[in-house]
Amino acid sequence: MCLAAPARITKIEGERGWVEVGGVVREANLQLLPEAKVRDYVLLHAGFAIQKLDEEEAEKTLRILREIAEIGN
Amino acid sequence: MKYIDEFRNRELAQGLIKKIVERSTRPVKLMEVCGTHTVNIFRYGIKELLPETVTLLSGPGCPVCVTPNETIDKAIALSREKDVILVTFGDMMDVPGSSSSLAKEKSQGADIRVVYSVQDALKIATENPKKKTVFLAIGFETTSPTVAVSLIEAEELGLRNYFILQGHKLIPPAMKALVEDENLALDGFICPGHVSTIIGQRPYQFLATQYKLPCVISGFEPLDILQSIYMLINQIEQDRAEVKIQYKRSVKEEGNPLALQKLYRAFQVSDSNWRGLGLIPGSGLKLRNEFKNFDVEEKFPIEVGEVKENPDCICGSILKGIKTPLDCPLFRKVCRPENPIGPCMVSSEGSCAAYYKFRQ
Repeated sequence: MCLAAPARITKIEGERGWVEVGGVVREANLQLLPEAKVRDYVLLHAGFAIQKLDEEEAEKTLRILREIAEIGN
Repeated sequence: MKYIDEFRNRELAQGLIKKIVERSTRPVKLMEVCGTHTVNIFRYGIKELLPETVTLLSGPGCPVCVTPNETIDKAIALSREKDVILVTFGDMMDVPGSSSSLAKEKSQGADIRVVYSVQDALKIATENPKKKTVFLAIGFETTSPTVAVSLIEAEELGLRNYFILQGHKLIPPAMKALVEDENLALDGFICPGHVSTIIGQRPYQFLATQYKLPCVISGFEPLDILQSIYMLINQIEQDRAEVKIQYKRSVKEEGNPLALQKLYRAFQVSDSNWRGLGLIPGSGLKLRNEFKNFDVEEKFPIEVGEVKENPDCICGSILKGIKTPLDCPLFRKVCRPENPIGPCMVSSEGSCAAYYKFRQ
């Protein structure tokens, strides 16, 4: 039930945002993540954006994964 | 970066598995606490890819599964009241209570509505001023801040016909209860990623410090889970116990402080009864005095009959990681997704549903 999906913010009006998730646009409440901006990727859980996704950290994790697996870039 | 496909790369997965096999010398029991992890471990066949030294156990991290019958019976009793609209997440509809389920009650005319977000419950309350709208509030720290937002909003709107039936639970105290169970003897935890987006890293620290158990906060894609297992095995092989974040793209050390602030503006910590695990101190939430008006049990005492459990259902032991669905006499024979006897078969994140769907 703690499912949350990465979603990209396409529009913001006050505390309401609209996000694209798997090709579908849904409304997202931004009250738990007021710093979110258009084009940010956020985690969407039960209609709320709960955390911003960090692209730099994602790249870093993938780099570490390649190092552990000893697979070149 | 789409944050999904990148973490499903087959070549990297094979490389990681090879490293896990090389690194793992002693038998370890790791528990994935979260139901979403359980489902993905089955979906991607991760158990079959691991060396014999690594055992994965499923934990109590499915809110539907750990909600005791008493809460379900109360929701059913409320739904039978003429002036009540009972609002719930869909997963709860088919969970059997002592003698009925919300789905059965709905088929007999009760006004029960399934929503995707608590905001829809608030909307229903606004649109139906003559009725009491009661939201069946279950879920862990990922979900409870969203319910807190709805209560703060209802308070600001002066809404007096919106209530919750409180069933929220907190994950770290349940993990403490598990490590104190001698039957389990765990070696490490795969910690829930989305709960941790809210609570951060610190609430797990006691597990590493007091109980010397390595903890890794994990993402949900197959590479995330494999990397977390690798990180745990690395710690165990080096006799270290630390809390590490694998899911760094989503989890910050401090979590989401604003969400926590809203959560604890509406709620305070209380004891809570878990299916299978019993009463765990400090593992639940109750409304603060300022928000007591939204507590349906406070406003309208609910009478339920004797709370009954199916004596053959072993969901309780499965939630503790002591048994698997294959140990259950009902599994597959009587208890199936279309005729669930226990909640672990109802919830898409329940262990029994995962075994049924992915393991022949």
